[in-house]
Amino acid sequence: MQKQAIFQSKLLPYALVAPQLAIVLIFFYWPALQAVIQSFLLQDAFGLSTTFVWFDNYVELFRDPAYFESILRTFFFSFAIAVSSLSFALLLAVMADKPLRGSTLYRTLLIWPYAVAPPVVGVLWIFMLHPSLGVISRYLRAAGIDWNPLLDGDQAAALIILAAAWKQISYNFLFFLAGLQAIPKSVLEAAAIDGARPMRRFWTVTFPLLSPTIFFLLVVNIVYAFFDTFGIIDTMTRGGPGKSTETLVYKVYSDGLLGGNLGSSAAQSVILMIMVIVLTGIQFRFVERKVTY
Amino acid sequence: MVEEEGFRRYVAHIILWIGIAIVAFPVYIAIIASTQDNALIANGQMSLLPGGHFFETYYQTIFVGTSGSTREPVGNMMLNSLVMALLIAVGKIAISIISAYAIVYFRFPLRMPIFWIIFITLMLPVEVRIYPTYKIVADLHMLDSYAGLALPLIASATATLLFRQFFMTVPDELLEASRIDGAGPLRFFWDTLLPLSRTNMAALFVILFILGWNQYLWPLLITTRDDMQTIQVGIRKMITTTDALTEWPIVMATAVLAMLPPVFVVVVMQKLFVRGLVETEK
Repeated sequence: MQKQAIFQSKLLPYALVAPQLAIVLIFFYWPALQAVIQSFLLQDAFGLSTTFVWFDNYVELFRDPAYFESILRTFFFSFAIAVSSLSFALLLAVMADKPLRGSTLYRTLLIWPYAVAPPVVGVLWIFMLHPSLGVISRYLRAAGIDWNPLLDGDQAAALIILAAAWKQISYNFLFFLAGLQAIPKSVLEAAAIDGARPMRRFWTVTFPLLSPTIFFLLVVNIVYAFFDTFGIIDTMTRGGPGKSTETLVYKVYSDGLLGGNLGSSAAQSVILMIMVIVLTGIQFRFVERKVTY
Repeated sequence: MVEEEGFRRYVAHIILWIGIAIVAFPVYIAIIASTQDNALIANGQMSLLPGGHFFETYYQTIFVGTSGSTREPVGNMMLNSLVMALLIAVGKIAISIISAYAIVYFRFPLRMPIFWIIFITLMLPVEVRIYPTYKIVADLHMLDSYAGLALPLIASATATLLFRQFFMTVPDELLEASRIDGAGPLRFFWDTLLPLSRTNMAALFVILFILGWNQYLWPLLITTRDDMQTIQVGIRKMITTTDALTEWPIVMATAVLAMLPPVFVVVVMQKLFVRGLVETEK
Protein backbone atom coordinates (compact mmCIF):
# COMPACT_ATOMS: atom_id res chain seq x y z
CA MET A 1 0.00 0.00 0.00
CA GLN A 2 1.53 3.30 -1.08
CA LYS A 3 0.40 6.86 -1.25
CA GLN A 4 0.09 8.42 -4.69
CA ALA A 5 0.46 12.03 -3.62
CA ILE A 6 3.90 12.54 -2.14
CA PHE A 7 6.52 15.21 -1.63
CA GLN A 8 9.88 15.41 -3.35
CA SER A 9 12.81 16.04 -1.09
CA LYS A 10 16.24 14.49 -0.79
CA LEU A 11 17.23 15.34 2.75
CA LEU A 12 14.04 16.09 4.67
CA PRO A 13 12.81 12.48 5.05
CA TYR A 14 16.14 11.45 6.52
CA ALA A 15 16.03 14.33 8.97
CA LEU A 16 12.54 13.24 9.99
CA VAL A 17 13.44 9.62 10.70
CA ALA A 18 16.82 10.49 12.22
CA PRO A 19 15.73 10.94 15.87
CA GLN A 20 13.86 7.65 16.05
CA LEU A 21 16.55 5.84 14.11
CA ALA A 22 19.29 7.16 16.39
CA ILE A 23 17.49 6.02 19.54
CA VAL A 24 16.63 2.66 18.07
CA LEU A 25 20.19 1.98 16.96
CA ILE A 26 21.88 3.22 20.13
CA PHE A 27 19.51 1.86 22.76
CA PHE A 28 17.93 -1.16 21.06
CA TYR A 29 20.12 -2.70 18.39
CA TRP A 30 23.52 -2.00 19.88
CA PRO A 31 22.67 -3.53 23.29
CA ALA A 32 20.91 -6.47 21.64
CA LEU A 33 23.99 -7.07 19.52
CA GLN A 34 26.17 -6.81 22.60
CA ALA A 35 24.04 -9.45 24.31
CA VAL A 36 24.39 -11.79 21.34
CA ILE A 37 28.18 -11.30 21.16
CA GLN A 38 28.56 -11.58 24.93
CA SER A 39 26.66 -14.87 24.94
CA PHE A 40 29.45 -16.48 22.90
CA LEU A 41 32.23 -15.22 25.15
CA LEU A 42 33.64 -16.36 28.45
CA GLN A 43 35.20 -13.86 30.80
CA ASP A 44 37.80 -14.88 33.37
CA ALA A 45 37.18 -14.28 37.04
CA PHE A 46 38.80 -10.84 37.04
CA GLY A 47 37.24 -9.66 33.83
CA LEU A 48 40.68 -9.21 32.29
CA SER A 49 40.45 -11.52 29.33
CA THR A 50 37.66 -13.02 27.27
CA THR A 51 37.66 -16.06 25.05
CA PHE A 52 35.31 -17.11 22.33
CA VAL A 53 33.56 -20.27 23.48
CA TRP A 54 30.91 -20.95 20.80
CA PHE A 55 27.72 -22.27 22.42
CA ASP A 56 29.28 -23.22 25.76
CA ASN A 57 27.23 -20.65 27.68
CA TYR A 58 24.03 -22.04 26.20
CA VAL A 59 25.01 -25.64 26.80
CA GLU A 60 25.88 -24.86 30.39
CA LEU A 61 22.59 -23.03 30.82
CA PHE A 62 20.52 -25.95 29.63
CA ARG A 63 22.51 -28.35 31.79
CA ASP A 64 21.65 -26.21 34.82
CA PRO A 65 18.55 -27.67 36.47
CA ALA A 66 17.80 -24.27 38.02
CA TYR A 67 17.40 -22.73 34.57
CA PHE A 68 15.21 -25.54 33.41
CA GLU A 69 13.02 -25.15 36.47
CA SER A 70 12.80 -21.43 35.83
CA ILE A 71 11.52 -22.09 32.29
CA LEU A 72 8.90 -24.52 33.56
CA ARG A 73 7.92 -22.10 36.32
CA THR A 74 7.54 -19.21 33.89
CA PHE A 75 5.28 -21.27 31.64
CA PHE A 76 3.26 -22.50 34.59
CA PHE A 77 2.84 -18.93 35.91
CA SER A 78 1.82 -17.70 32.46
CA PHE A 79 -0.72 -20.45 32.09
CA ALA A 80 -2.18 -20.01 35.57
CA ILE A 81 -2.33 -16.21 35.30
CA ALA A 82 -3.87 -16.28 31.82
CA VAL A 83 -6.50 -18.91 32.60
CA SER A 84 -7.63 -17.47 35.93
CA SER A 85 -7.69 -13.87 34.75
CA LEU A 86 -9.33 -14.65 31.41
CA SER A 87 -12.11 -16.78 32.87
CA PHE A 88 -12.99 -14.29 35.57
CA ALA A 89 -12.89 -11.39 33.11
CA LEU A 90 -15.04 -13.30 30.64
CA LEU A 91 -17.66 -13.96 33.30
CA LEU A 92 -17.78 -10.26 34.17
CA ALA A 93 -17.84 -9.20 30.51
CA VAL A 94 -20.73 -11.52 29.71
CA MET A 95 -22.66 -10.02 32.62
CA ALA A 96 -21.79 -6.45 31.66
CA ASP A 97 -22.80 -7.11 28.05
CA LYS A 98 -26.42 -7.60 29.12
CA PRO A 99 -28.70 -4.61 28.76
CA LEU A 100 -28.44 -3.56 32.39
CA ARG A 101 -29.03 -0.27 34.04
CA GLY A 102 -25.74 1.37 35.02
CA SER A 103 -23.60 -0.61 32.60
CA THR A 104 -21.26 2.32 31.93
CA LEU A 105 -20.70 2.68 35.66
CA TYR A 106 -19.84 -1.00 35.86
CA ARG A 107 -17.33 -0.60 33.09
CA THR A 108 -15.64 2.33 34.79
CA LEU A 109 -15.47 0.48 38.10
CA LEU A 110 -13.88 -2.53 36.46
CA ILE A 111 -11.26 -1.04 34.15
CA TRP A 112 -9.24 1.26 36.41
CA PRO A 113 -6.85 -1.41 37.82
CA TYR A 114 -5.22 -1.35 34.39
CA ALA A 115 -3.53 1.83 35.56
CA VAL A 116 -2.00 0.35 38.73
CA ALA A 117 1.73 -0.29 38.32
CA PRO A 118 3.03 -3.84 38.89
CA PRO A 119 5.22 -2.92 41.89
CA VAL A 120 2.22 -1.25 43.54
CA VAL A 121 0.13 -4.35 42.86
CA GLY A 122 2.83 -6.32 44.64
CA VAL A 123 2.78 -3.99 47.63
CA LEU A 124 -1.03 -4.10 47.90
CA TRP A 125 -1.18 -7.89 47.85
CA ILE A 126 1.74 -8.60 50.13
CA PHE A 127 0.16 -6.25 52.63
CA MET A 128 -3.17 -8.06 52.57
CA LEU A 129 -1.58 -11.48 52.74
CA HIS A 130 1.44 -10.72 54.87
CA PRO A 131 1.97 -13.63 57.30
CA SER A 132 2.01 -11.53 60.47
CA LEU A 133 -0.12 -8.47 59.72
CA GLY A 134 -2.23 -9.18 56.62
CA VAL A 135 -5.96 -8.70 57.01
CA ILE A 136 -6.74 -11.81 54.98
CA SER A 137 -4.04 -13.92 56.62
CA ARG A 138 -5.92 -13.69 59.89
CA TYR A 139 -8.87 -15.52 58.40
CA LEU A 140 -6.65 -18.04 56.64
CA ARG A 141 -4.99 -18.86 59.92
CA ALA A 142 -8.35 -18.99 61.68
CA ALA A 143 -9.39 -21.51 59.01
CA GLY A 144 -6.45 -23.66 60.01
CA ILE A 145 -4.16 -22.90 57.08
CA ASP A 146 -0.50 -22.46 57.97
CA TRP A 147 -0.16 -19.37 55.81
CA ASN A 148 3.32 -17.98 55.28
CA PRO A 149 4.20 -17.05 51.71
CA LEU A 150 7.53 -15.66 52.90
CA LEU A 151 8.66 -19.16 53.84
CA ASP A 152 6.49 -21.48 51.78
CA GLY A 153 7.39 -21.53 48.07
CA ASP A 154 4.05 -22.85 46.83
CA GLN A 155 2.14 -20.21 48.76
CA ALA A 156 4.46 -17.54 47.40
CA ALA A 157 3.80 -18.75 43.86
CA ALA A 158 0.05 -18.73 44.49
CA LEU A 159 0.31 -15.17 45.79
CA ILE A 160 2.19 -13.98 42.68
CA ILE A 161 -0.32 -15.65 40.37
CA LEU A 162 -3.25 -14.15 42.28
CA ALA A 163 -1.84 -10.62 42.25
CA ALA A 164 -0.78 -10.78 38.61
CA ALA A 165 -4.15 -12.17 37.53
CA TRP A 166 -5.95 -9.45 39.50
CA LYS A 167 -4.14 -6.70 37.64
CA GLN A 168 -4.93 -8.21 34.26
CA ILE A 169 -8.70 -8.58 34.84
CA SER A 170 -9.48 -5.06 33.66
CA TYR A 171 -7.57 -5.39 30.41
CA ASN A 172 -9.17 -8.73 29.57
CA PHE A 173 -12.60 -7.46 30.58
CA LEU A 174 -12.33 -4.49 28.23
CA PHE A 175 -11.37 -6.59 25.22
CA PHE A 176 -13.94 -9.30 25.98
CA LEU A 177 -16.65 -6.68 26.26
CA ALA A 178 -15.64 -5.20 22.90
CA GLY A 179 -15.61 -8.70 21.41
CA LEU A 180 -19.05 -9.50 22.80
CA GLN A 181 -20.53 -6.26 21.54
CA ALA A 182 -19.23 -7.04 18.07
CA ILE A 183 -21.25 -10.28 17.90
CA PRO A 184 -24.37 -9.60 15.84
CA LYS A 185 -27.45 -9.85 18.02
CA SER A 186 -29.35 -11.53 15.19
CA VAL A 187 -27.19 -14.66 15.56
CA LEU A 188 -28.13 -14.99 19.21
CA GLU A 189 -31.78 -14.33 18.43
CA ALA A 190 -31.75 -17.07 15.83
CA ALA A 191 -30.33 -19.49 18.39
CA ALA A 192 -32.97 -18.40 20.89
CA ILE A 193 -35.74 -19.02 18.36
CA ASP A 194 -34.29 -22.49 17.78
CA GLY A 195 -34.91 -23.04 21.47
CA ALA A 196 -31.35 -22.81 22.81
CA ARG A 197 -31.26 -21.91 26.51
CA PRO A 198 -28.91 -19.07 27.59
CA MET A 199 -26.11 -21.39 28.78
CA ARG A 200 -26.28 -23.37 25.57
CA ARG A 201 -26.39 -20.17 23.52
CA PHE A 202 -23.22 -19.06 25.25
CA TRP A 203 -21.23 -22.26 24.60
CA THR A 204 -22.44 -22.94 21.08
CA VAL A 205 -22.73 -19.43 19.66
CA THR A 206 -21.00 -16.74 21.73
CA PHE A 207 -17.92 -18.68 22.76
CA PRO A 208 -16.92 -19.84 19.26
CA LEU A 209 -17.51 -16.36 17.85
CA LEU A 210 -15.34 -14.97 20.61
CA SER A 211 -12.45 -17.32 19.90
CA PRO A 212 -10.34 -14.76 17.98
CA THR A 213 -10.54 -12.44 20.99
CA ILE A 214 -9.70 -15.28 23.38
CA PHE A 215 -6.70 -16.28 21.33
CA PHE A 216 -5.47 -12.69 21.07
CA LEU A 217 -5.85 -12.20 24.81
CA LEU A 218 -4.12 -15.48 25.53
CA VAL A 219 -1.01 -14.27 23.71
CA VAL A 220 -1.15 -10.84 25.35
CA ASN A 221 -1.54 -12.43 28.78
CA ILE A 222 1.40 -14.74 28.24
CA VAL A 223 3.60 -11.82 27.19
CA TYR A 224 2.36 -9.94 30.24
CA ALA A 225 3.13 -12.87 32.55
CA PHE A 226 6.61 -13.17 31.05
CA PHE A 227 7.63 -9.54 31.36
CA ASP A 228 5.32 -7.33 33.39
CA THR A 229 5.25 -9.58 36.43
CA PHE A 230 8.79 -8.46 37.20
CA GLY A 231 7.58 -5.54 39.33
CA ILE A 232 5.10 -7.73 41.20
CA ILE A 233 7.70 -10.37 41.97
CA ASP A 234 10.34 -7.85 42.94
CA THR A 235 8.15 -6.13 45.55
CA MET A 236 6.53 -9.31 46.91
CA THR A 237 9.05 -12.12 47.02
CA ARG A 238 12.24 -11.15 45.11
CA GLY A 239 12.17 -14.52 43.46
CA GLY A 240 12.10 -16.30 46.81
CA PRO A 241 11.70 -18.12 49.07
CA GLY A 242 14.51 -20.19 47.66
CA LYS A 243 13.95 -19.74 43.95
CA SER A 244 10.29 -20.61 44.00
CA THR A 245 9.08 -17.44 42.26
CA GLU A 246 12.06 -16.77 40.00
CA THR A 247 10.81 -16.35 36.44
CA LEU A 248 13.09 -16.10 33.41
CA VAL A 249 13.12 -12.30 33.41
CA TYR A 250 13.71 -12.19 37.13
CA LYS A 251 16.59 -14.62 36.75
CA VAL A 252 18.30 -12.48 34.09
CA TYR A 253 17.96 -9.53 36.41
CA SER A 254 19.19 -11.19 39.61
CA ASP A 255 21.98 -13.19 37.94
CA GLY A 256 23.33 -10.02 36.37
CA LEU A 257 22.85 -8.01 39.55
CA LEU A 258 25.12 -10.29 41.49
CA GLY A 259 27.65 -9.37 38.82
CA GLY A 260 28.28 -13.03 38.26
CA ASN A 261 28.38 -14.77 34.95
CA LEU A 262 28.07 -12.20 32.17
CA GLY A 263 28.11 -14.81 29.43
CA SER A 264 25.32 -16.80 31.02
CA SER A 265 23.23 -13.68 31.63
CA ALA A 266 23.69 -12.69 27.97
CA ALA A 267 22.74 -16.17 26.78
CA GLN A 268 19.57 -15.96 28.90
CA SER A 269 18.76 -12.61 27.28
CA VAL A 270 19.17 -14.07 23.82
CA ILE A 271 16.85 -16.97 24.65
CA LEU A 272 14.26 -14.48 25.93
CA MET A 273 14.62 -12.50 22.70
CA ILE A 274 13.85 -15.62 20.70
CA MET A 275 10.77 -16.24 22.85
CA VAL A 276 9.53 -12.69 22.28
CA ILE A 277 10.07 -13.06 18.54
CA VAL A 278 8.00 -16.24 18.51
CA LEU A 279 5.22 -14.70 20.61
CA THR A 280 5.10 -11.52 18.53
CA GLY A 281 5.06 -13.63 15.38
CA ILE A 282 2.03 -15.55 16.64
CA GLN A 283 0.33 -12.30 17.59
CA PHE A 284 0.82 -10.82 14.12
CA ARG A 285 -0.38 -13.88 12.31
CA PHE A 286 -3.51 -13.63 14.36
CA VAL A 287 -4.00 -9.93 13.64
CA GLU A 288 -3.96 -10.70 9.93
CA ARG A 289 -6.68 -13.25 10.47
CA LYS A 290 -8.74 -10.84 12.51
CA VAL A 291 -8.74 -8.40 9.60
CA THR A 292 -10.07 -10.96 7.14
CA TYR A 293 -12.47 -12.39 9.70
CA MET B 1 -34.16 -8.80 21.23
CA VAL B 2 -33.28 -11.88 23.22
CA GLU B 3 -35.46 -12.09 26.30
CA GLU B 4 -33.62 -11.41 29.52
CA GLU B 5 -35.74 -12.50 32.45
CA GLY B 6 -35.75 -10.45 35.63
CA PHE B 7 -34.06 -13.13 37.68
CA ARG B 8 -31.07 -13.42 35.34
CA ARG B 9 -30.63 -9.69 35.33
CA TYR B 10 -30.61 -9.73 39.07
CA VAL B 11 -27.88 -12.37 39.07
CA ALA B 12 -25.85 -10.32 36.59
CA HIS B 13 -25.98 -7.27 38.86
CA ILE B 14 -24.83 -9.34 41.82
CA ILE B 15 -21.95 -10.96 39.94
CA LEU B 16 -20.79 -7.57 38.67
CA TRP B 17 -20.83 -6.08 42.14
CA ILE B 18 -18.88 -9.04 43.49
CA GLY B 19 -16.37 -8.51 40.70
CA ILE B 20 -16.09 -4.82 41.52
CA ALA B 21 -15.61 -5.65 45.20
CA ILE B 22 -12.81 -8.10 44.41
CA VAL B 23 -11.15 -5.59 42.13
CA ALA B 24 -11.46 -2.75 44.63
CA PHE B 25 -10.69 -4.60 47.86
CA PRO B 26 -6.86 -4.36 47.81
CA VAL B 27 -7.07 -0.65 47.16
CA TYR B 28 -9.68 -0.15 49.87
CA ILE B 29 -7.35 -1.85 52.34
CA ALA B 30 -4.48 0.39 51.23
CA ILE B 31 -6.51 3.54 51.73
CA ILE B 32 -7.71 2.36 55.15
CA ALA B 33 -4.20 1.36 56.23
CA SER B 34 -2.85 4.75 55.25
CA THR B 35 -5.12 6.39 57.85
CA GLN B 36 -4.21 4.13 60.75
CA ASP B 37 -1.60 3.88 63.43
CA ASN B 38 1.52 1.91 62.52
CA ALA B 39 1.73 0.05 65.86
CA LEU B 40 -1.79 -1.27 65.40
CA ILE B 41 -1.03 -2.50 61.88
CA ALA B 42 2.26 -4.09 62.90
CA ASN B 43 0.44 -6.08 65.58
CA GLY B 44 -1.95 -7.45 62.99
CA GLN B 45 -4.78 -5.50 64.64
CA MET B 46 -5.67 -3.38 61.66
CA SER B 47 -9.27 -2.28 61.57
CA LEU B 48 -11.28 -2.38 58.36
CA LEU B 49 -12.61 1.12 58.99
CA PRO B 50 -10.78 4.41 58.45
CA GLY B 51 -8.54 5.63 61.26
CA GLY B 52 -7.74 9.17 62.33
CA HIS B 53 -4.25 9.63 60.93
CA PHE B 54 -5.11 10.70 57.40
CA PHE B 55 -3.61 14.21 57.35
CA GLU B 56 -0.64 13.33 59.48
CA THR B 57 0.34 10.33 57.34
CA TYR B 58 -0.12 12.04 54.00
CA TYR B 59 1.71 15.15 55.16
CA GLN B 60 4.67 13.10 56.31
CA THR B 61 4.61 10.93 53.19
CA ILE B 62 4.55 13.79 50.70
CA PHE B 63 6.85 16.27 52.43
CA VAL B 64 9.15 14.25 54.68
CA GLY B 65 9.22 10.58 53.73
CA THR B 66 9.85 7.60 55.96
CA SER B 67 11.70 8.03 59.25
CA GLY B 68 14.67 6.00 58.01
CA SER B 69 18.08 7.49 57.38
CA THR B 70 17.61 7.56 53.60
CA ARG B 71 14.35 9.42 53.77
CA GLU B 72 13.09 11.00 50.61
CA PRO B 73 9.84 12.97 50.36
CA VAL B 74 7.37 11.14 48.15
CA GLY B 75 6.38 14.47 46.64
CA ASN B 76 9.80 14.61 45.06
CA MET B 77 9.48 11.04 43.77
CA MET B 78 6.16 11.95 42.19
CA LEU B 79 7.80 14.88 40.46
CA ASN B 80 10.46 12.57 39.03
CA SER B 81 7.80 10.12 37.87
CA LEU B 82 5.81 12.93 36.31
CA VAL B 83 8.79 14.32 34.40
CA MET B 84 9.73 10.83 33.20
CA ALA B 85 6.16 9.97 32.17
CA LEU B 86 5.72 13.23 30.27
CA LEU B 87 9.09 12.93 28.54
CA ILE B 88 8.31 9.37 27.49
CA ALA B 89 4.76 10.13 26.29
CA VAL B 90 5.58 13.36 24.46
CA GLY B 91 8.89 12.03 23.16
CA LYS B 92 7.38 8.85 21.74
CA ILE B 93 4.59 10.73 20.02
CA ALA B 94 6.93 13.39 18.62
CA ILE B 95 9.57 11.12 17.14
CA SER B 96 7.01 8.57 15.93
CA ILE B 97 4.78 11.03 14.14
CA ILE B 98 7.65 12.57 12.18
CA SER B 99 9.10 9.21 11.19
CA ALA B 100 5.67 8.00 10.11
CA TYR B 101 5.29 11.20 8.08
CA ALA B 102 8.59 10.59 6.32
CA ILE B 103 7.73 6.96 5.59
CA VAL B 104 4.27 7.70 4.20
CA TYR B 105 4.76 11.00 2.36
CA PHE B 106 8.23 10.59 0.85
CA ARG B 107 10.00 8.13 -1.38
CA PHE B 108 13.64 7.79 -0.50
CA PRO B 109 16.30 5.10 -0.64
CA LEU B 110 16.22 2.81 2.41
CA ARG B 111 12.64 3.82 3.20
CA MET B 112 11.40 0.27 3.76
CA PRO B 113 14.55 -0.98 5.55
CA ILE B 114 14.21 1.94 7.96
CA PHE B 115 10.56 1.08 8.51
CA TRP B 116 11.49 -2.51 9.33
CA ILE B 117 14.32 -1.43 11.62
CA ILE B 118 11.80 0.55 13.65
CA PHE B 119 9.20 -2.21 13.46
CA ILE B 120 11.49 -4.95 14.77
CA THR B 121 12.11 -3.06 18.03
CA LEU B 122 8.71 -4.46 19.06
CA MET B 123 10.61 -7.65 19.67
CA LEU B 124 13.31 -6.09 21.82
CA PRO B 125 11.63 -5.04 25.08
CA VAL B 126 13.94 -3.61 27.71
CA GLU B 127 13.76 -6.85 29.71
CA VAL B 128 15.76 -8.77 27.12
CA ARG B 129 18.59 -6.28 26.89
CA ILE B 130 18.80 -5.08 30.47
CA TYR B 131 22.51 -4.98 31.22
CA PRO B 132 23.94 -4.03 27.81
CA THR B 133 21.53 -1.08 27.70
CA TYR B 134 22.51 -0.14 31.21
CA LYS B 135 26.16 -0.16 30.16
CA ILE B 136 25.53 2.17 27.21
CA VAL B 137 23.61 4.62 29.37
CA ALA B 138 26.43 4.50 31.92
CA ASP B 139 29.03 5.09 29.19
CA LEU B 140 27.04 8.09 27.99
CA HIS B 141 27.05 9.45 31.58
CA MET B 142 23.28 9.43 31.72
CA LEU B 143 22.78 7.48 34.96
CA ASP B 144 20.70 9.43 37.48
CA SER B 145 19.37 11.83 34.89
CA TYR B 146 16.00 12.46 33.27
CA ALA B 147 17.59 11.85 29.88
CA GLY B 148 18.75 8.43 31.03
CA LEU B 149 15.31 7.63 32.42
CA ALA B 150 13.43 8.59 29.28
CA LEU B 151 15.62 8.45 26.15
CA PRO B 152 16.16 4.68 25.95
CA LEU B 153 12.40 4.13 26.16
CA ILE B 154 11.37 6.79 23.69
CA ALA B 155 11.43 4.77 20.47
CA SER B 156 8.02 3.38 19.60
CA ALA B 157 7.22 0.94 16.85
CA THR B 158 3.58 0.87 17.96
CA ALA B 159 3.11 4.64 17.72
CA THR B 160 4.92 4.77 14.38
CA LEU B 161 2.68 2.03 12.99
CA LEU B 162 -0.40 3.76 14.31
CA PHE B 163 0.43 7.11 12.69
CA ARG B 164 1.46 5.38 9.49
CA GLN B 165 -1.92 3.64 9.34
CA PHE B 166 -3.72 6.88 10.03
CA PHE B 167 -1.78 8.86 7.41
CA MET B 168 -2.63 6.22 4.81
CA THR B 169 -6.31 7.02 5.32
CA VAL B 170 -5.85 10.77 4.88
CA PRO B 171 -7.24 11.66 1.41
CA ASP B 172 -4.64 12.64 -1.20
CA GLU B 173 -6.74 15.65 -2.16
CA LEU B 174 -5.70 17.41 1.02
CA LEU B 175 -2.09 17.32 -0.06
CA GLU B 176 -2.96 18.48 -3.59
CA ALA B 177 -4.99 21.33 -2.18
CA SER B 178 -2.30 22.56 0.15
CA ARG B 179 0.27 22.23 -2.62
CA ILE B 180 -1.86 24.50 -4.81
CA ASP B 181 -1.84 26.92 -1.91
CA GLY B 182 1.93 26.83 -2.19
CA ALA B 183 2.58 24.91 1.03
CA GLY B 184 5.77 22.87 1.36
CA PRO B 185 6.10 19.55 3.20
CA LEU B 186 6.63 21.13 6.63
CA ARG B 187 3.74 23.54 6.24
CA PHE B 188 1.44 20.68 5.15
CA PHE B 189 2.53 18.62 8.15
CA TRP B 190 2.05 21.45 10.61
CA ASP B 191 -1.15 23.00 9.24
CA THR B 192 -3.03 19.99 7.90
CA LEU B 193 -1.75 16.67 9.18
CA LEU B 194 -1.07 17.59 12.78
CA PRO B 195 -4.55 19.03 13.46
CA LEU B 196 -6.10 15.94 11.85
CA SER B 197 -4.05 13.67 14.12
CA ARG B 198 -5.19 15.37 17.29
CA THR B 199 -7.53 12.62 18.53
CA ASN B 200 -5.01 9.90 17.75
CA MET B 201 -2.32 11.82 19.57
CA ALA B 202 -4.54 12.33 22.60
CA ALA B 203 -5.54 8.66 22.79
CA LEU B 204 -1.92 7.63 22.44
CA PHE B 205 -0.85 10.16 25.03
CA VAL B 206 -3.21 8.70 27.63
CA ILE B 207 -1.82 5.19 27.15
CA LEU B 208 1.80 6.30 26.97
CA PHE B 209 1.50 8.48 30.04
CA ILE B 210 0.25 5.52 32.08
CA LEU B 211 2.98 3.35 30.59
CA GLY B 212 5.63 5.94 31.44
CA TRP B 213 4.39 6.60 34.96
CA ASN B 214 4.34 2.85 35.69
CA GLN B 215 7.87 2.12 34.47
CA TYR B 216 9.75 0.07 37.02
CA LEU B 217 12.64 -2.10 35.90
CA TRP B 218 14.45 0.61 33.97
CA PRO B 219 14.37 3.34 36.66
CA LEU B 220 15.29 0.70 39.23
CA LEU B 221 18.50 0.02 37.33
CA ILE B 222 19.68 3.46 36.40
CA THR B 223 18.81 5.55 39.45
CA THR B 224 21.21 5.28 42.33
CA ARG B 225 20.68 8.69 43.92
CA ASP B 226 17.67 8.90 46.22
CA ASP B 227 16.61 12.27 44.84
CA MET B 228 16.29 10.80 41.33
CA GLN B 229 14.06 7.93 42.45
CA THR B 230 10.66 7.50 40.85
CA ILE B 231 7.71 6.64 43.06
CA GLN B 232 7.53 3.03 41.83
CA VAL B 233 11.15 2.45 42.83
CA GLY B 234 10.79 4.41 46.06
CA ILE B 235 7.93 2.30 47.31
CA ARG B 236 9.93 -0.87 46.85
CA LYS B 237 12.79 0.53 48.89
CA MET B 238 10.41 1.36 51.74
CA ILE B 239 9.66 -2.29 52.36
CA THR B 240 13.24 -3.53 52.05
CA THR B 241 14.09 -2.87 55.67
CA THR B 242 13.28 -5.65 58.09
CA ASP B 243 9.55 -6.11 58.40
CA ALA B 244 9.30 -4.79 61.92
CA LEU B 245 10.65 -1.44 60.80
CA THR B 246 8.45 -1.01 57.77
CA GLU B 247 6.17 1.99 58.25
CA TRP B 248 3.09 0.54 56.65
CA PRO B 249 0.82 3.60 56.77
CA ILE B 250 3.45 5.53 54.82
CA VAL B 251 3.98 2.65 52.39
CA MET B 252 0.25 2.46 51.79
CA ALA B 253 -0.08 6.22 51.41
CA THR B 254 2.71 6.04 48.83
CA ALA B 255 0.88 3.22 47.03
CA VAL B 256 -2.27 5.36 46.93
CA LEU B 257 -0.31 8.36 45.63
CA ALA B 258 1.37 6.16 43.02
CA MET B 259 -2.01 4.99 41.74
CA LEU B 260 -3.72 8.34 41.79
CA PRO B 261 -2.46 10.01 38.58
CA PRO B 262 -2.83 7.04 36.19
CA VAL B 263 -6.17 5.92 37.65
CA PHE B 264 -7.42 9.49 37.40
CA VAL B 265 -6.41 9.57 33.74
CA VAL B 266 -8.23 6.29 33.02
CA VAL B 267 -11.43 7.32 34.75
CA VAL B 268 -11.62 10.89 33.50
CA MET B 269 -10.44 10.26 29.94
CA GLN B 270 -12.09 6.90 29.57
CA LYS B 271 -13.08 7.30 25.94
CA LEU B 272 -9.58 8.27 24.87
CA PHE B 273 -8.11 5.56 27.06
CA VAL B 274 -10.22 2.79 25.55
CA ARG B 275 -9.57 4.08 22.07
CA GLY B 276 -5.84 4.27 22.70
CA LEU B 277 -5.73 0.80 24.18
CA VAL B 278 -7.58 -0.78 21.28
CA GLU B 279 -5.64 1.17 18.66
CA THR B 280 -2.21 0.33 20.07
CA GLU B 281 -3.04 -3.37 20.15
CA LYS B 282 -3.96 -3.55 16.49
